Amino acid sequence: MELNTLTAHALIDLLNKKDISPIDICNSIIKRIADTEKRLNALAHFDKDAALKRVGDGFKPSPTKALSGIPVFIKDNICVKDELTTCSSKILKGFKPPYNATVINKLLAADAILMGKTNMDEFAFGSSTETSCYGASRNPWDTERIPGGSSGGSAAAVSADEAILALGSDTGGSIRQPAALCGVVGLKPTYGRVSRYGLIAFASSLDQIGPITKDVEDAAILLKAISGHDEMDSTSANIAVNDYVPEIKKDIKGLKIGIPKEYFIEGMDKDVKDSIKTAVQKLEGLGAVCEDISLPHTEYAVSVYYLVATAEASSNLARFDGVQYGLRPENAKSMIDMYKKTREQGFGDEAKRRIILGTFALSSGYYDAYYLKALKVRTLIKRDFDEAFRKFDAIVTPTSPTPAFKIGEKISDPLTMYLSDIFTISANLAGIPGISIPCGFTKNNLPIGLQILGKPFDEEMILRVAYNYEQNTDWHNRKPENILK
Amino acid sequence: MAINRDTVKYTANLARIELSNGELDHFTAQLDRILAYVDKLGTLDTSNLEPTSHVLEMKNVYRDDVVKESLPVSEVIQNAPARENNLFKVPKIIDTEA
Repeated sequence: MELNTLTAHALIDLLNKKDISPIDICNSIIKRIADTEKRLNALAHFDKDAALKRVGDGFKPSPTKALSGIPVFIKDNICVKDELTTCSSKILKGFKPPYNATVINKLLAADAILMGKTNMDEFAFGSSTETSCYGASRNPWDTERIPGGSSGGSAAAVSADEAILALGSDTGGSIRQPAALCGVVGLKPTYGRVSRYGLIAFASSLDQIGPITKDVEDAAILLKAISGHDEMDSTSANIAVNDYVPEIKKDIKGLKIGIPKEYFIEGMDKDVKDSIKTAVQKLEGLGAVCEDISLPHTEYAVSVYYLVATAEASSNLARFDGVQYGLRPENAKSMIDMYKKTREQGFGDEAKRRIILGTFALSSGYYDAYYLKALKVRTLIKRDFDEAFRKFDAIVTPTSPTPAFKIGEKISDPLTMYLSDIFTISANLAGIPGISIPCGFTKNNLPIGLQILGKPFDEEMILRVAYNYEQNTDWHNRKPENILK
Repeated sequence: MAINRDTVKYTANLARIELSNGELDHFTAQLDRILAYVDKLGTLDTSNLEPTSHVLEMKNVYRDDVVKESLPVSEVIQNAPARENNLFKVPKIIDTEA
C-alpha cells in the first residue's frame, strides 16, 4: 500500500517500528501530487524541494512527539513564517508573514512536517472554493464538481491522498461542508478551543481552526496537537485539553442523541436524507438512544450569519488598504484614491459583496434593524442548543442538504450559494463543536456527510460518537478511484 | 426594495471600494435579494433579548503590563509595497497647494 494513502496513526506505528522513514512519506506524497494535482488544483503554494528539505538533513523522528515526521498541509489563511500566505486573494499577493500562527508553532513543537498551503475561497468567503484567485479546486470524486468550501483545497487534498492531514478554518461550515462533500473527516472545535492567533481574520466571533483528516482517530490526534490556551488570543479558553484517543474508543451505549426535525427540509437531496436516517438507525444499533427534537430558530440562522459574519468581515478586512502588505496599484492621486484602487483591484467579487453588505449592516440608520437584530436572534439560536444539551449528549444532522454541486452551478447566485451552509452555520453562531464524517454515497457515487454537534468544550463526545459510527461502517475506507481517468 | 443603487454606491465609498457602473448594477440586484431574504428576522419579537456578540462567558481579559520583545521593524516592514527608512511610504496626505 502507498504511504500517502495511510492515516497519520498508521504511519506513526510504521515510523515507530522503523519500517519507514519520514522521507518515504514525503516522497510518496510528492509523487501523488505530481499525478493528481493538475486535475484537482487543491494546493495554493507547494514547493517540493522545500518540503523535502524540511524532512531531509538533520530531521530525526522523536517517537515521544505526537506528530513526529507526519506531513501536514495548511489552509492559505494561516500564517507560516516566511512562507506565502495569501488567503487565495490577489490583495495579499506575495505576502510572507514575519511570524507563525500559534497552531503552526504547536505543529512544529509536535514535530510535524509542514508541506505547503491549500487553496480556499478568497478570505474564506464561499462554499465551493470557486472564489479563489488561483481558480477553483475540484472534487476528487467528480472533477466536474466543487469540493465544497471554503477549506475545499484541504478537503480535496486529504480525500485524494495528496495529504495525510490538513488544517482548515470554519466560520460557517468551511471545514465540515467540504469534508462532507469530499468524503473525509472535518472537525470545527468549540469557539475558544484553538488559538486564532495568526489566522487571518474573517469573522472574529465565529472563526475556528480545525483538522481535516482521513479518519476520526487522526482528527482526535491533530485536534489535541493544536488545542489549548494561548496568551496571544484573549478569546482562547483556559480549559484543559484531554487526551482524546483513549476516550473516543469507549462505546456509546445509553448516550442520548437528538435528531432535530428542522434539519430535514423540503428540497434536500433524497439520497442524503436516506443516508442520515440509516446512520441514525446504526447509532441506535450501537446502543445510543435517539430522539426527535426541535431547534425552533434554525430557519433564521442563515440570515443571522450573513449579517454578523459580513459585519465582522467588513471591519477585519479594512486592514487591506495597500499600506502594510500585498498589492498596491501605481499612480494613486491621494491616500483615499490608493485605498479605493487597491481594494477595487485586489478583492474579488464575493469579497466586495460581503464587505459592502457588512458595512451596510453596521452603517448609521441600518445598524439596529440589521446588525443588532441579528445579534439578538443569535441569542435565540444559542438558547435552542443550550436547551437541547440539557437533555442530550449530542445532536446528529446532515452536514449539507445536497452532495457536491457542479462547478459554476451557484457562483452567479450568491443567495443560493449562502443557503448551502444552512446546516453548518448554527454551530458557529452558538460556538459549539461539530464534526462531519462520511456516512454514505449518492447513486452518482458522491460522498454524504453526517454532522455530530456537541456541548461547548465537549469535543470528546462528538469524536466518540463519530469513532463508534466509523468503526462500524466502511464509508471512510472508500477512495475516489476516478481522479486519473 | 431593501436597498437601491445610491445606497450601494454610498456604502461602497464608506468601505473604500471603487465600483464600476456594471458592478453597481450587479451588486444592487444581488444585495437587494439577500436583504429581502434576511428580512424574515423582522418577524421575530426580540424586544426583551440581549444581543450575543460572542459566545464565551468571559469579560475583559487582563494581563500584567510587562515589556516584551517585539518583532524587529525591519522584518515587519518587508511586506510593505513602498517603504523608506523602516517606515511605510504612502501618497501625499495633505495637499500643500490647497
